[in-house]
Formats: sequence, C-alpha cells, structure tokens
Amino acid sequence: MKTKIKAIALALALALGIGVIGVAAVAADVKSLRPNAADQADSPPAIYKVMEGNRHERAYRQQPPLVPHPTDKYEIDVKVNQCLRCHEWPYSDQEKAPKISDLHYIDRQGVRQDTVNGNRYFCKQCHVPQADAKPLVENKFQPATLNTNLR
Amino acid sequence: MNNDNPAKEKGLLSGWWAVLTKPTSKWSMGGLLLVGVILGVVGWGGFNWALEITNTETFCLTCHEMEQNVYREYRGTIHDANRSGVRATCPDCHVPRPWFYKIIRKIQASNEILHKILGSIDTREKFEGKRIELAKHVWEAMKSTDSRECRNCHNFGAFDLTRQSLRARNRHSEAEQQGKTCIDCHKGIAHQLPAGAFKAERELNESQPKQ
Repeated sequence: MKTKIKAIALALALALGIGVIGVAAVAADVKSLRPNAADQADSPPAIYKVMEGNRHERAYRQQPPLVPHPTDKYEIDVKVNQCLRCHEWPYSDQEKAPKISDLHYIDRQGVRQDTVNGNRYFCKQCHVPQADAKPLVENKFQPATLNTNLR
Repeated sequence: MNNDNPAKEKGLLSGWWAVLTKPTSKWSMGGLLLVGVILGVVGWGGFNWALEITNTETFCLTCHEMEQNVYREYRGTIHDANRSGVRATCPDCHVPRPWFYKIIRKIQASNEILHKILGSIDTREKFEGKRIELAKHVWEAMKSTDSRECRNCHNFGAFDLTRQSLRARNRHSEAEQQGKTCIDCHKGIAHQLPAGAFKAERELNESQPKQ
C-alpha cells in the first residue's frame, strides 16, 4: 500500500514537473502584440513631434498642402476658425502666411463668395501636420516628383 | 420714550468720543503703543491673508460659472500643463500684482458678485451670449496696461530669440520694434474665442493706435 502511494506521488510529481517545464518552454516562444509580461506595466508609446519650420513638398499635384506647424490647439467651431486668422485675406498678407486658394470661396452652385465656403470650413480634414515618425508598415509609395515622365 | 432715545444715543456716542479724545491717565504710553502695534499687525496681516485667499485658483472655482466655462477651456492649455510644470492660474493673469492696482481690481470684483447674485451668466447659453462683451473687457484692460500681467513672467527683455522657432523669432522682434503688446496677437490662448472675435480684434486695434 505504502509503495503504491509513493509511486503515485512520484508519478504526479514527475508529470507536474514536466508540465511546468513544457509551459515555460511554450511561453518563451509565444509573441503577443503586447510585448511585456501580463504582470508588468506596458512601456509608454513613443512620442512623435510635429515637424515645424520648412514647408513640406507636395508628393503629387492634387495634394492639399501639408501644414508645417502644430494645429492641435487651434479652435475650429461654429464661433471661430483660428486657421483663418492668419490664412484668410487680408490677414495672410499681414501675417505673411500662405493664402487660402480662391477655389475655397466657391459655393456648391459655383458662385464665388467673399468668405470661405462652408464646404471648406474644416481645414484639418485635408490640411494636416506631419509627425516625424516611421511608417507603421512598409509601403512602396513614391512621390510623383520622382516620376521620370514629368515634363 | 421717543424723546428719550435720541438723547440717549447721542449721550452714548459723545461718551465714546470723550473717551477717544481725552488723554488717558490710566495706561502708560508704552502699553498703548504695544497694544496698537499688535492690533495693527494682526489686523493688516489678517486683511492680506484674506485677500490672498481670494487670489487662488481654488477660490475662483467656487463659482460654477468659472468652473464650468472658462476653467474647463483652460485645462490642457500651455498655461495649465507644460513640460516644466510651471503654471499660471486664474489670478496670475487676471489680478494685477502691484498692490494699488490689485486693490482697484478687487473693488471692481464686487460687480462680479452682483452679477453672480443676479445670475447673469449662470448657464452656458447666457455665458456664450455675453462672451464677446466679457472678452472685450479683458482685451481692453490688457491693452491699456501694456499686458502687465503677461509681462510678470514673459519679459521682452529676457526673450532669447535664438531659442524660438523661426516664425516666432521674426514676429516677436517685429512686434517689439512696432511697440506692440502681448494681447494684440495672443488672444484665445487660455480660453475659447467668442463669435466675431476677429472683427472685434480689428476694431480694438484700430480704435486705440499705440504710439
């Protein structure tokens, strides 16, 4: 009887031991989206700063010009649009800021207006600042300026 | 009875007057001076202490008008949170530091208490309706003092233009030469702008040309 119990205990101990080693081996191989162990704090995400200063070159002819300064603090709502404070006529001359294209003053009927049309009011939908960050996935985009067919 | 009362009150008042004007023969000059000095220190210190309590962010936020409108807009702006943790809270920009102007501003604030009681801006809609008027008051005050409260921290003379971005450098040296003041350009940096802010800005700049 006693030998039987001892044998079972030994078998159990062996089985558990192998199991633990096995689990440990598997855990070392698994790569999750979250690199840190479950009981450790996540590493903070990288901080990317908006590229400031020089104007960005357009990558293709129809591209809305990119914004070479941060825009996150600018108020754009029903009361005011702070982008217009520098980029709308006559401010653009005073502030030496790029003038808004005249196409932005044409309403949906094709009539030229004196103020920026509502369709074009939300500047940041098209004109975005650029962060100095690596692409998340590889892509083969090439700006059209590198196109050898350019005349 | 009616005849007695005025006479009695007059008697009481004249009694006090007599006490105040008659030289004392009971207390020494030194004792009186000591009591006077102690009372003066406690009284003046207490006055300043109470005044400084009304000069804190916590005190400003006891009014829901302040907490629910201007304070929530201020949260997250550069004066609330930044890399070095130096903050400019409500009184730093809205209460003058020199004693004389501070007292003037504190007396003007009694008008704000009146409007708190009247409930002039006790809803968001009422506040938005009055925002242009209130903003104009602040802009005019800042312009007339040459942005004194800004300059408590931001001193033109201490600007290191070489450490500013290219655009800021150009604009700041230009502004200094033209004798402009901070509020001429820096509006709506800590709070949202009112509707019609740019028109009001033009009117303000044209009405009071700076020499």
